[in-house]
Amino acid sequence: MRIKLEKRSVPSTFMLIATPIASVLLTMLIGVIVFDAIGIDGQRAVVDIFLTPILASYKWQDVAVKAAPLIIIALGLSIGNRAQIWNIGAEGQYVLGALFAAGVGIAAGPTGGPFTLILMILAGIVGGAAWAAIPAFLKTRWDVNEILTSLMLTYVSFQVLGFLVGGPWKDPNGRNFPATAPLPESLTLPILFQGTTVHLGVAIALILPFVFWVLMSKSVFGFQIRVVGSAPHAARHGGFDAKQTIWMALLIGGGMAGLAGALEFTGSLKAINLGFPSGYGFSAIIVAFLGRLNPIGCLIAGFVLAVTYVGGQVAQTTVHIPNSTAGIFQAMMLFFILASDILIRYRVRFIPKKTANSTEAHI
Amino acid sequence: MSPEFIIASIVTIIGLTTPILLAGLGELITEKSGVLNLGVEGMMLMGAISGFVITALTFNPWLGVIGAAAGGALSSMLFAVLVLQLNSNQVATGLALSIFGTGLSSLIGVSFTGRIVPQFGSIFPDVLAKDPIWKLFFGYSPLVYFALIMVPLTAWFLKSTRAGLILRAVGENDHSAHSIGYSVTGVRYAAIAFGGAMAGIGGAYFSMVITPMWAEKMTAGRGWIALALVVFAGWRTGRLLAGAYFFGFLMWLELFAKANGFGPSLPFIQAIPSQFWAAMPYVMTVVALTLISSRGNVGASAPACLGKPFLPST
Amino acid sequence: MTTLNRRSLMKAVGAAATLSLVGTTAHAADKVKIGFIFLGPIGDYGWTWAHNKGREAIDAALGDKVETIYVENVAEDASAIPLIRDLAQQGCKLIFTCSYGYMDQTLAVAAEFPDVKFEHCTGFKRTDNVATYNSKFHEGRAVLGTIAGKMSKSGSLGYLGSYKVPEVVLGVNAFTLAAQKQNPAATVKLVLIDSWFDPPKEAAATETLINLGCDIVTTHTDSPGPLQILEQKGLYGFGQGADMSAFAPTAHLTAIEDIWGPYYVQRAQAIVDGTWTSTDTWDGMKEGTVVIAPYNAAIPADVVALADAVQAGYKDGSYDIFTGPIFDQDGVEKVKAGEIMTLEQLATIDWFVKGVESAS
Repeated sequence: MRIKLEKRSVPSTFMLIATPIASVLLTMLIGVIVFDAIGIDGQRAVVDIFLTPILASYKWQDVAVKAAPLIIIALGLSIGNRAQIWNIGAEGQYVLGALFAAGVGIAAGPTGGPFTLILMILAGIVGGAAWAAIPAFLKTRWDVNEILTSLMLTYVSFQVLGFLVGGPWKDPNGRNFPATAPLPESLTLPILFQGTTVHLGVAIALILPFVFWVLMSKSVFGFQIRVVGSAPHAARHGGFDAKQTIWMALLIGGGMAGLAGALEFTGSLKAINLGFPSGYGFSAIIVAFLGRLNPIGCLIAGFVLAVTYVGGQVAQTTVHIPNSTAGIFQAMMLFFILASDILIRYRVRFIPKKTANSTEAHI
Repeated sequence: MSPEFIIASIVTIIGLTTPILLAGLGELITEKSGVLNLGVEGMMLMGAISGFVITALTFNPWLGVIGAAAGGALSSMLFAVLVLQLNSNQVATGLALSIFGTGLSSLIGVSFTGRIVPQFGSIFPDVLAKDPIWKLFFGYSPLVYFALIMVPLTAWFLKSTRAGLILRAVGENDHSAHSIGYSVTGVRYAAIAFGGAMAGIGGAYFSMVITPMWAEKMTAGRGWIALALVVFAGWRTGRLLAGAYFFGFLMWLELFAKANGFGPSLPFIQAIPSQFWAAMPYVMTVVALTLISSRGNVGASAPACLGKPFLPST
Repeated sequence: MTTLNRRSLMKAVGAAATLSLVGTTAHAADKVKIGFIFLGPIGDYGWTWAHNKGREAIDAALGDKVETIYVENVAEDASAIPLIRDLAQQGCKLIFTCSYGYMDQTLAVAAEFPDVKFEHCTGFKRTDNVATYNSKFHEGRAVLGTIAGKMSKSGSLGYLGSYKVPEVVLGVNAFTLAAQKQNPAATVKLVLIDSWFDPPKEAAATETLINLGCDIVTTHTDSPGPLQILEQKGLYGFGQGADMSAFAPTAHLTAIEDIWGPYYVQRAQAIVDGTWTSTDTWDGMKEGTVVIAPYNAAIPADVVALADAVQAGYKDGSYDIFTGPIFDQDGVEKVKAGEIMTLEQLATIDWFVKGVESAS
């Protein structure tokens, strides 16, 4: 018996939705087996990582706060990915967004109010977009690979951050520790529910997916992005400007990452130190794929990833696995989702003997 | 500056350079076959922990190096199956491999933290290896010579062998290579495995040679520098060697400028913040990539199929 | 294989039913829970390892009355908040946050849990339920400087640090001043590598210091990497935070050991007795918080005597390395002859003494 892949005439909607769910379940299953095999209580680890944050209500606020930046960044990235523009420098754009917001906050001084706060958020969007504009410019001007430039600029951004918080922006009352001064109360995002850490940024992260959904499905721009991504030649004939699409894809991706950085800074961290880049920009790539580049999918996937982050911390106290172990689960989910992509466009057939005119896969 | 100081500094720079050179050579071959594997950092960490564990268990560093190569290559196979068999997106898959390798190496390393293994240092007698002059030639771990031998071997392989020609053909035009009967998938499997093995050995240089111990995330981002290096070199072996030493020199210069203090100093270098030096490899890579992309006459270009999946039937 | 998978999954789902209780149940009814937030892994043989030893000391002394739990590898950013809160929600009555970078996070959670007491290591912000504690590591540095100043042949000493924060600056200054007491011409080359943990960079920095003529290098970063380099070169150095002689049996002259046990036991006892109050504690050799590890046989007897004298002086209060006159790098007199720097001055110090050669 051979396994055959037949190309579907239309991509399977069932597979589009079923595979991300299957990926999460499969990750949990393999997690149990692998952890047991290496002498860690696998069930406890998997339960703590995937279920405790959902079942224990006091963990919900942590999940929501973690999910917000992931969702916002992933929304921007999915636009680019749909247009086949690979911005993997969201982490750097996130950092720049926070730094721009901090810059405005410092320039405005401690007396700023809501107006300054709004300016800081807008500056965050500008900062992220500006950092993404570098790959956009290089790509449109000289066809420089945006994957490599956006990645390299991420590492540059860490050094920009290190320089600013360790030098000019160092908290004068911070005993020389490399960190900015904590934001005054008036420049921090309002808290939505008293007694929790759920800030306004979480609400923004819940609303934006629907804005993007309308944008992508109803607007000419959304159509342009989809056409350029799936059929570049047709797009050219249709009069869509490829360069304009590249610019838009990267600026939106960078702007969203910058927004996430500014919201995280003003809503959650309130000061920037060297630990600020915590990998949201990279994890958001997982979120975008797990969410199938769909805005609502990103919303759900953002929560799934946030659960693994929070759960990974729970597992630290209970089964004492290193923090980065949560990364194993996140990577496994991405592996499965990428592996299952093929099921959307192809149908698996178990065929007794070889037939012609179908694509073989050596599975 | 005394000759002894210059030699000692060269030895330090070689120590900084070797791991990124090893990983860079591997990634060069992978990318030449048309595959972009962003998982170098993860593969280096898997190599670092594999090499350390095998050495700790067998007390044989040579077996450790083989283990490191195997650890790197095995983890690269995860990536290979996904991108070659299932045509998954290379960027996302490579990134996932980096995250995966970081997590898995941390997990494996839990029970090895705080242990040490004998350093996989020079195999020459101390008279030569520790002599302030002769150590320039004899004072290195076998892995340093291995890296240096691999440079001309890689260049020769790519330029003068039939296999190297096929590899480049697959990277430049996979459809043509396929139509004249070469297995695009097979070649890319081999190239990815080689890349993984070399990254693994590069990682082992940290855990077996520089500081023979295991610590979580001990490669501290060098995998990304290796990735930058390949691009900086314009996918050319000779330039990769030069670029690796240039990056190593930059890392050394920062430390030298700081350590040299108020002595016979280079005040203008000291005035530059250390972050500038740390950012240099990445900035220069962007500049180099721009030059390569914008001008045809710099004698280098990215493999035409880099990062694109091979779909023979469509 | 399929059966195994399915069974494992079923077990996992079954376990899920019990798990939501994590943190809400008060198990082990009468024992007081004490939580720890650790920066690194407990196996780092340095900073966190030492704090974990302190935790174990509580278990040993008060094991019948208290129960301790800990979290390792906690980043010094906002992600620490949910972890600190998690310990509070699990019913901890006392929580130690064992690194400077948890300062604002500790205060944030402490405000949510007025009934839980917090102890923040090396910080300076206190409230009714947040105490701070620190250790006079620089007293140990004075011992190391004494040994290094006497044993160095070149008179050129290397110092590898992380950031220019008061704790590091104090260490550098104490080490330099003590070395100069033995060898007035001694100088210290300082490299701050902008990281607490980067083994390859620590190693390369150590090599660079050695290349520039330093024959003893001391470190204020967290990995034993530099000691391994010194071992390879046949030179000497010191352990940081814990006895690291296992990593470099020959090169490891001695180490500053951070002994948190006595303080931790005392504070845990206070919780049990209901006598805990918010305090600022800065203990040193006298209280047994800073301890010098066993000397390497390579240290000559006369040097051992000098080092012991410094230790004895700190214990009976007759010695303080920060006694004037002290000059800064530019030769300006910062502390007049006979004056001793106050704790407040020490806690905020941001200048290096004469003899420190550094770019920063």
